[in-house]
Amino acid sequence: MQQIINFLIRYKIFLLYLFLLLISCIFTFQSHSYHQSKFLNSSNYITGSIYTFSDNITSYFGLREENNKLVEENKRLRDKLFNNLVLSPSLIDSTSVNYEVIRGRVINNSYADQRNYITINKGKNDSIVQDMGVITDKGILGIVENTSDNFSTVQSILSDKSNINAKIKNSNHFGSLVWENTTDYNVVQLIDIPRLVPLTIGDTIVTGAMSSIFPENIPIGTIKRFDLDNSKSFYFIDVELFNDMTNIGSIYIIKNLNRTEVLELEAETEAND
Amino acid sequence: MINNTSFLIVLRFILLVLLQVLVFNKLNFFGYINPLIYILFLYWYPIKQNRTTFIILCFFLGLCVDIFSDTLAINAAATVTIAYLRPTIMRFVFGVNYEFQSFKLNNSTKAQQFTFLALLIIIHHLVYFTLEIFSFSNSLLILQKTIIVGISTLILGMLFSTLFSSKKE
Repeated sequence: MQQIINFLIRYKIFLLYLFLLLISCIFTFQSHSYHQSKFLNSSNYITGSIYTFSDNITSYFGLREENNKLVEENKRLRDKLFNNLVLSPSLIDSTSVNYEVIRGRVINNSYADQRNYITINKGKNDSIVQDMGVITDKGILGIVENTSDNFSTVQSILSDKSNINAKIKNSNHFGSLVWENTTDYNVVQLIDIPRLVPLTIGDTIVTGAMSSIFPENIPIGTIKRFDLDNSKSFYFIDVELFNDMTNIGSIYIIKNLNRTEVLELEAETEAND
Repeated sequence: MINNTSFLIVLRFILLVLLQVLVFNKLNFFGYINPLIYILFLYWYPIKQNRTTFIILCFFLGLCVDIFSDTLAINAAATVTIAYLRPTIMRFVFGVNYEFQSFKLNNSTKAQQFTFLALLIIIHHLVYFTLEIFSFSNSLLILQKTIIVGISTLILGMLFSTLFSSKKE
């Protein structure tokens, strides 16, 4: 017994080191396979407030650019309006509304890591919950991962855990959008498109209808390069994003009002199997 | 005197974390170069202090940076590793005399300070990028990132340590 205690005292620094290393490794491997930790992420109160404070200062430097973006988007929407592509408000019935849009701002953005997260200034108090889609005026950005009262973290599409249903515009060939070449932050990869599909460089990629997170036909990017993968039966497509991931200000969070119903139905079907 | 030292350590802790997450994490020089400047905390930390406290403090330093940048526990693991290895590195760089009462970092030569910082950075970055990328098929990417980001950290670290060196002779 004496010897055990002596041993512990002599190697206490080393044991402490091993213990702390073990804790950090457990955290790390957990974040590789599951959602990030519930509390230790940048949507908590302290980090959120500090990022808001810093964003309040730095956001002034991009105001003109931000304005231009919004005017550009307004112009696009007006084009649609004048060409009657959008229903007039009197025709919109509240029972036929499937999606609700909440606006927000990015207060912290990263794109140089393997798993990038974006922190936004909307949280539970604005009825944000996990797995809502996040887009900008140009295209998709990511999926809400964690929320606190006033902030949320968003798993960016630039993450090796990200997997989003996408398709080629004006067709129904869908595949998965992933990020494999994790050093290039303007390009993501679309996989699982069968080789029968005719492709051209410059084709537009949009979100597919298979997801209960994003509505169909939200723009993602254009085909930059395509090639067959190792199995020779599917394409491996490099998609150049419409979004400049390094420069994101205003965002929209999409709430699918039918999502719970879809998920319940799917869970029920699986349970019956 | 003790209170003065502890106060300085706490102040350094907070300032380095804020500097790291608000400035250097957003640098993204050439797309991915973000110097991990917060490890200067270990470079500046007094030598004759309790090692247990030191290791625990370094763990929390890494954890704080992790929470801010959503890279849970990569920074903590890397920082704890160099915190544990620091005495070994110091013995290697400064010889046995660093254990004497009169030894101060400022009294050592520039080359010794440089080697000390460089060794801290290399080990830290190697652990950091290995855990971040976590695949042996990408070992070239790990090395590339370690070297390039390491050099940027080293340059900035030397600048900072010259800028804030406490006494000028």
